Amino acid sequence: MTPRLRALAEQLLPLVVALLVAAVVGDVLILTFGEAPRTVFRLLVEGTWGNPYGIGQVLYKTTTLTCTGLAFALAGRAGLFNVGAESQLAMGGFAAGVVGMLLPAGLPGAFALALCVVAAGVGGATVGAIPGALRARFGASEVIVTIMLNFVVLALLNWVISAKLHVPETLHTPPVVAGTVPRLSTLFPALHGSAANGTLVIALAAAVVCWRALFRTRFGFELRAVGLQPDAAEYGGVQVPRVIWQTMALSGALAGLGGMNFVLGYKGYYEEGFAGGAGFLGIAVALVGRNHPLGIVLAAVLFATLSQGGLAVNALVPKQLTDILTAVVILAVATAVPEVRRQLRAAAAQVRQSVAGTAAEKAS
Amino acid sequence: MSQSGSSAAAVSLTGIVKRFGGVTANSGATLTVAPGEIHALVGENGAGKSTLMRILAGTLSPDAGTVSVDGRTVTGWSTPEAIQAGVGMVHQHFMLVPTLTVAENVALGMEPTQGWRIDRTKAVADVAALSARTGLQVDPTALVADLSVGEAQRVEILKTLHRGARILILDEPTAVLSPPEVEELWRVLRTVRASGGTIILITHKLDEVLSVSDTITVMRAGTTVSRFATAGSTASDIARAMVGRDVQLAQDARGAVPTPSASQSTAPALRITGLSVRSDRGTEAVRDLSFVVHPGEVLGIAGVEGNGQTELLEAIAGLRAVRAGTVHLGTQDITAQTVRDRADAGLSHIPEDRHRRGLILDYSIADNLILGRQHHFATAFGLETARIAAHAEEQVRRFDIRPPMPSLAARALSGGNQQKVVIAREMGRAFTVLLAAQPTRGVDVGAIEFIHAQLRAARDAGKAIVLVSADLQEVLALSDRVAVMYGGQFSTVLPRAEATMEMLGRFMTGATA
Amino acid sequence: MNGIAFLLQTMRIAVPYLLAAGGGVMSERVGVIALGLEGLMLSGAFGAAMGSHFGGNPWIGLLGAIVAGLIVSTVIAVATLRFKADQVVVGVAINLMAVASTRFFLRLVFDSASNSPRLPGFGGEGTTSGLLASFANPVVWIGLLSLPLLHWLLYQTPFGLRARAVGEKPEAAASVGIAVLKLRLSGLLLGGSLAALGGAYLALDQHQFTDGMSAGRGFIALAAVIFGRWEPRRVAIACLLFAAAETMQIQLQGAQFVPSQFVEMIPYVVTIIALAGVVGRSAAPAALGKAE
Repeated sequence: MTPRLRALAEQLLPLVVALLVAAVVGDVLILTFGEAPRTVFRLLVEGTWGNPYGIGQVLYKTTTLTCTGLAFALAGRAGLFNVGAESQLAMGGFAAGVVGMLLPAGLPGAFALALCVVAAGVGGATVGAIPGALRARFGASEVIVTIMLNFVVLALLNWVISAKLHVPETLHTPPVVAGTVPRLSTLFPALHGSAANGTLVIALAAAVVCWRALFRTRFGFELRAVGLQPDAAEYGGVQVPRVIWQTMALSGALAGLGGMNFVLGYKGYYEEGFAGGAGFLGIAVALVGRNHPLGIVLAAVLFATLSQGGLAVNALVPKQLTDILTAVVILAVATAVPEVRRQLRAAAAQVRQSVAGTAAEKAS
Repeated sequence: MSQSGSSAAAVSLTGIVKRFGGVTANSGATLTVAPGEIHALVGENGAGKSTLMRILAGTLSPDAGTVSVDGRTVTGWSTPEAIQAGVGMVHQHFMLVPTLTVAENVALGMEPTQGWRIDRTKAVADVAALSARTGLQVDPTALVADLSVGEAQRVEILKTLHRGARILILDEPTAVLSPPEVEELWRVLRTVRASGGTIILITHKLDEVLSVSDTITVMRAGTTVSRFATAGSTASDIARAMVGRDVQLAQDARGAVPTPSASQSTAPALRITGLSVRSDRGTEAVRDLSFVVHPGEVLGIAGVEGNGQTELLEAIAGLRAVRAGTVHLGTQDITAQTVRDRADAGLSHIPEDRHRRGLILDYSIADNLILGRQHHFATAFGLETARIAAHAEEQVRRFDIRPPMPSLAARALSGGNQQKVVIAREMGRAFTVLLAAQPTRGVDVGAIEFIHAQLRAARDAGKAIVLVSADLQEVLALSDRVAVMYGGQFSTVLPRAEATMEMLGRFMTGATA
Repeated sequence: MNGIAFLLQTMRIAVPYLLAAGGGVMSERVGVIALGLEGLMLSGAFGAAMGSHFGGNPWIGLLGAIVAGLIVSTVIAVATLRFKADQVVVGVAINLMAVASTRFFLRLVFDSASNSPRLPGFGGEGTTSGLLASFANPVVWIGLLSLPLLHWLLYQTPFGLRARAVGEKPEAAASVGIAVLKLRLSGLLLGGSLAALGGAYLALDQHQFTDGMSAGRGFIALAAVIFGRWEPRRVAIACLLFAAAETMQIQLQGAQFVPSQFVEMIPYVVTIIALAGVVGRSAAPAALGKAE
C-alpha cells in the first residue's frame, strides 16, 4: 500500500466502520419498538430527500452544523478542543439579532447584512477568545473553560432576554428590522415553507475560506504546526500563545456565524434556546468530516439528514432514535480512528520488515 | 546447556533480536553476566544497550533469541515476573511518582497493610532500615517532587532493592549526577556486590567503566561485539571496540583541520556575555557564562548531558527566557528578539531533538524545508506553493535527501534523511552563526560523514558554529576550540591542538583548569 | 427560614453533587477525564426509575442505577482504555447518548415522552415535602459519606495509592507490576456507580423520572472536582458551597436582589477563575486525558 493510499484509508475506514455500527444499532432499536427497519429507514429518506420541503429543512440544518463543525475543526487543527460552540452560536445569533433590531429600517440590504455578519462573528469570537486567552496566558484547560462558559453565557443571555429584551409573554426579542437573510425559496420556489435561507451560502463560503486559510496561508501553516507539534512550531518562529487565542477567537466567530441562520434567516428574532445542541453536534460533524472543510460540509448534510429524519419517523419510533445513532457514530468514529491507524501502521511495518528480510536473504 | 547450581551465569542472553517498526534495535546480541560481578555494558548512543536491558527486565519482549536468568529460561517474561525473580531495573528516566512520598514510592505495588489500610509506619521503617543497610540516605517521608536528582536516584535504587532485586540493572545512572554523587553511587554498588548482588551498568563513559566494573561487554550497532575483563584493559581497547575502528580517527581529524581562517582579531560572529538561564525545574542551568565565537570557527562544547548545554542553546535561539546577560549576533543585540527575528538576522539552529522540535513529522519534506521561514514563502494572499515546491526540489537534490519526493511526510524518512532535511533547511540558506546540537545523533554512518562534511564546509566558508555533542570524538574531530560545560559553566576552553580525550573526560566530571 | 433549615436544605441539594463529584474524583484520579458525569447521572436516574418501578421497591431502584452506571462506564472504559479514543469526544458522546436513549426508552417502557409514572421512593408513600423526610432516604447518607469514604480509600488503602500512582505516572506504576488498565477500569466503574447513584437520588427523591432531570448537575459536579483540586475533602466543600448558593437562590426568589441567572453562574465562574489563577495546571492528575 502506498503511503498516500494508506493515509486515505486512515481517514475513510473509520467512517465505514462507524456507519455500519450505527446501522446495526439502529436496526436493533427499531426492532425493539416492533417496527421493520426497512420501513423506518425508507420513511427517513423520504421525509428528508424525498420532497422539496424535506430537502429545504435538511439544508437549513446543514447550515448551522457546517458552522459549528468548522468551529470545532479549526480549533482541532490547532490541537484545541472548543466544546463551547453552543454558547458561541447563541452569542453570535444574539449579536446579529440585536444589530438587526437597532439598525435603521431603510438601510440598504447588503450593507445591513454585512454589519450583521460582522456582529455574529464578533459575538462568537468574543466568547471563543476568553478560553483561548486563558489557555494561552495561564495554561487553563480550554475544554473545561469552554464547557463552563457555555453555562455562563447561556445564563447571561437568558437574563438579558427575560429581564430586558423580550416581547411580553414570549422568550424572544422584538423582530429585526434590517439585515434579514432571504429564504432560498425566493430563488427556488419549490423549497417554499422550509427554513433554508441564504446563510447556507455564507456557511459554504466559510468552509471554502477555512480550507484556503488552513492549507494555503501562512496562518494555517502555523496553526496546524501548533496543533501537531507545539515545540516544533515554537522553534519555527511561531508565537504559539498568540496562535492559540487567535484560533479560539476565529473558531468562536465561525460558530457565531451559524447563529444568523435561525435569527436572521428563519425567525427574524433571537429566541431563548434556539441553539438546541447544534453546538455539540458540531463535534460530531468535525469528527466525521475528519477536520477537513469539505468533509465537514458532507458530514453536516449527514447529521442534518439524521436530525430531520428523526422528525419524519417520529410516528413509528421516537425521534430520539436518530440522536442515539448520532452518538453511536461519534463513539464509533472516535474509537475506530486510533484503532485503524494502529492496525494500518502495524501492517505497513510488517510489510517493510518482510521486504527488508528478503532483501537481506538475497544479499547473503 | 546451561549449568546448574552456583556456577550458572546470573544472566545469559543469546541471539537477541528486537525491531521497532522498521528500525532494528538489537540484532543478535549475546551477553553473559557472572553472579556477584559488576558488569559494564558499554557502547555509543543508539548501540542498543537500553533495549537489550529492557528485554532482560521484562519491559520489552524480544523478536528472537533467548533470555535466561540463574540458569532458567525466561524469554519474554513480564515485569512482575522479572521482579519476582529478583531482576530490577533503574531506568534512566526515573519511574517515580512525584506526588507520592519516598516511602510510598518504595512500597508501591507491595504495600504493607494493617487490615484494609496501608501500614505507613512499617513502610517508613522499611525504607529507613534499607537505607541504613545500603548507605542510601534519604528521608522516607519527603515528597519525591521535592528531591534533588541524586536523591531521586537513590529512591529508585532503594525501590528496586526493596523488591528483593539481586540482579540490578542501572541505565546511564551517572548522566544526571555530580561527581561526589557518582562516588557515592560506586560505594553503594560495591556494597550491593559485597552482599552477593549482581550489577549490570549501562554507560558510555570509559572512566566509569574502568573504575568500577569487573567485566565489560561492548555493544555496537545493535549487537555485542567484544567482552573484556576490566583488569588489564585500557581505555583505548574499549574505545576501539565501541567505534569499530581505531581511535586514531580523532588524531587524523586533528591533522585534517586546517588553520582557521579567522583569527582573534576579527569581530566575533556570536558574543555571549554574563548569560544566566533557568532550567524547567527552576534551577540555574547556565550561570554567568561568557564566550565568543569568530567567523570561520567551530566552538565544540563537550560535557555530560544535563549540565546546561540544552538551556544554553535554547536561550541563544530565543526558545528560553534569559535571566541575565546578553546575546549579540555580530554587533546586533538579539537578547530580546523573537525566534523569527533571530533567524532573519542570520542565526541557524539544528535542534538536539528533531522529533520534538526540528521537524513536524506529519508535514511534507517541502513544508519542513520552510519551517521557520514560512514568512519568506508567503504573500498577503497566501503561501507561494510554486516557490515552496521549487525550493524543496533544489534542497532535496543539494542535500541528497532520499527518497527525493518533496511531498512525502517527514515521518516516512529514515533518521539520517530526517536530519538531512533539518540540515538542508538550516544550512541551505544565508546565515552567519549555526547552533548545532547533537547533529549526528541516531543517524547512520553515511549520513554522519555527510553531515560532518557539511559542517566543515560551512566553517571553511566563514560561518561561526557552536557544536554541542555528547560524542567526544565528534567534538574533537570538528572543533577549532573545545569547551567543557559543567554545572552551567565552562570548566575549561582549550584550543583543539591541546585537547585530548582523557583531559576532556576529567573536565567533564568537574575538574577545574 | 432559620439556620438549621437552611443547612438541611443545603445538604439535601448537595447530595447529587457530592455523589457525582465523588465519581468525577475517582475517574480523574485514575487519569480519565470525567466529562460524562452528566450522562452517568441521567442514566442512573433512569436505571433507578426502571428498578424501582418494576421491582416495586426503591432499593431495587438503587441497584438499577448502579447497573446503569456500570453499563455506561463500561462503554467509556472500552472506548478510552481499550481503543484509546479521545476522552473529551467520548465524554460528549456519552452525554448525547444518555439524553437520547433515556428519552427513547422512556417512550418504549413507559410510553411517555416526558416522565415515568410515580415511583415508590424511600420514606413511604405519604407526603415527602417535609425537609426532614428527605433524610429518610438512605441515598442522602451515602452521598454525605461518599467523599469522606473516598478520601479514606484514596489516601489510606493500597488501592488508593495505586490509583493515584496510575493517574499521575502510569509508566511508574507499570514498572512495579501494577496492571494500569485494570486499575483504571476499576476507577471508572466505581466512579460511574457513584455518579449514577447521584442520578438515582434525583429520581427517588422526586418519585419519578423526568426527561433531562440531571439538568446540568453533572457539569456542576465536574466544576466542583476542579474547584476542589481533585481532593475529596475540598471537593466536598465545593459541592456544599455550590449547594448553599442554590439554596440561597431558592430563598431569595421572591426578593430579586440578584437575578437567579447570576446565582446559577457562580459554580462555573469560580471554576474558571480557579483554573486561570489559583490552580493553574499543576494540581490536575498529571496523566489526565492521556491514553498512555
